[in-house]
Amino acid sequence: MDKNPKTVKLIDEIAAIPGCEVVRQCIQCGTCTASCPNADRMEHTPAQLIAMARADMRKEVLSSNAMWYCLSCYMCTVRCPRGVQPTGLMHALEELSIRNDLVHTHLLTPTMYRLFNHYCSIGSLPELQFMTRFYLSTNPFNAWRMIPVAFNLLKRGRLSFKTRKLSPAGRKQLQDILNKAESIGGVA
Amino acid sequence: MNSYTYFPGCSCSSEGGAKAYNWSIQAISKVLDFELRELDDWNCCGSTPSTSVDELGSYCLAARDLALAEKNGMDMVTPCSACYVIFNRTNSSLKAYPKLKAKVDKALSAGGLKYDGNVKVRHTLDILTRDIGYDAIKAKVKRPLNGLKIAPYYGCQAIRPDFGFDHPESPESLDKLITNLGGEATPFPLKTHCCGGSLIFSEETMALELTHKLLESAASNGAECIITVCPLCQTNLDAFQIRVNKKYKTNYKLPVLFFTQLMGITFGLEEKTLGLKNSVVPMDKVLAKIGQGVV
Repeated sequence: MDKNPKTVKLIDEIAAIPGCEVVRQCIQCGTCTASCPNADRMEHTPAQLIAMARADMRKEVLSSNAMWYCLSCYMCTVRCPRGVQPTGLMHALEELSIRNDLVHTHLLTPTMYRLFNHYCSIGSLPELQFMTRFYLSTNPFNAWRMIPVAFNLLKRGRLSFKTRKLSPAGRKQLQDILNKAESIGGVA
Repeated sequence: MNSYTYFPGCSCSSEGGAKAYNWSIQAISKVLDFELRELDDWNCCGSTPSTSVDELGSYCLAARDLALAEKNGMDMVTPCSACYVIFNRTNSSLKAYPKLKAKVDKALSAGGLKYDGNVKVRHTLDILTRDIGYDAIKAKVKRPLNGLKIAPYYGCQAIRPDFGFDHPESPESLDKLITNLGGEATPFPLKTHCCGGSLIFSEETMALELTHKLLESAASNGAECIITVCPLCQTNLDAFQIRVNKKYKTNYKLPVLFFTQLMGITFGLEEKTLGLKNSVVPMDKVLAKIGQGVV
């Protein structure tokens, strides 16, 4: 398939992602939207996103805030009468939006996800470092409001200054695997 | 004796916020006589955020752990619902999409690993209720719950999309467990609704609204505490309860226990081995009701 995003239709690009091929079976019944705890916060509902993708509205779909409100609760996936897996679709749209450099600008979730992924790629998520870096890099006022929560967790030994580390060999192995994956490109 | 490969995940590791979940699982495993062998040198499963940022990378993160676990030849158990969903998703995608599997195989081989897809990944709730079983659990109860009213909270990813051990929308395993421990499972209409997950960090207002609804539903149905099966659900309901109270001018003081802590209490295990003091909302009243020493 021609992989140039300027000529490939968005719906074809989506359908090439493992788990997303079923998107073509959508009958626009809206069950996903009705099952979503966050549909009312989305600029476009899950069903609308699919309709827009079919109409090849690449920029509008990939710059929507909608997928970033997905909580991955899988209620839509369980209920879809056509077997579309909207949760996986939302994750795929998030990645496509990053790859196409079209991420909605007024959201903190993409920053949080990127930071999370950075820590995953070195082997383990240090919760205290992750929270501190996230709040300070996005909205220090939120960090201020989080102090009582963090204090309670620290007091009970639930936020650790120590971070879990893989063995040097394990870390190198993980890095080699991820570097290779990066050289292969995406899932599609 | 049942033996399993054990994958604690970041939250339940000794550096993680839900270490008490891990402690309580270890403690009850000794009572119920099953063995958990922690996977050596495991890495973070990637969870949902990695899937959204770098999907192939996220499959590879999970596949490294699965490849390591395959060498042990046992089912892999995880207490974390996020890890559970990621590993099962990886298994089913690698099986269904040979092209994807070829890519993941290639990446794994750069690390000297291979994965043939033979590791069955299971949730702690699944092995306790189906492998060990309610009868064996009930037989170990020394301090029954005296009719303590408990809201059974399943959350999302332990039961959805559906990896087979309970119903994705009307699960019953926790309800039955509570009854077998001598407690009363309260009606809890929101028992499979979302707590806000990791968006508690980036979209706090939204997540607090969801958490508030859960607390309201549990309290209005008479629950004296909530039990959970997921580290993140526990944190949102327990540590962020003060944020809910502040925002909604409420005064909830609902203890939120891991279901394995509750089991440990009924088995007569010491408070310290179960990490009961790790919870933010104190559970004195719960313990007093079942005649356990007040912490």
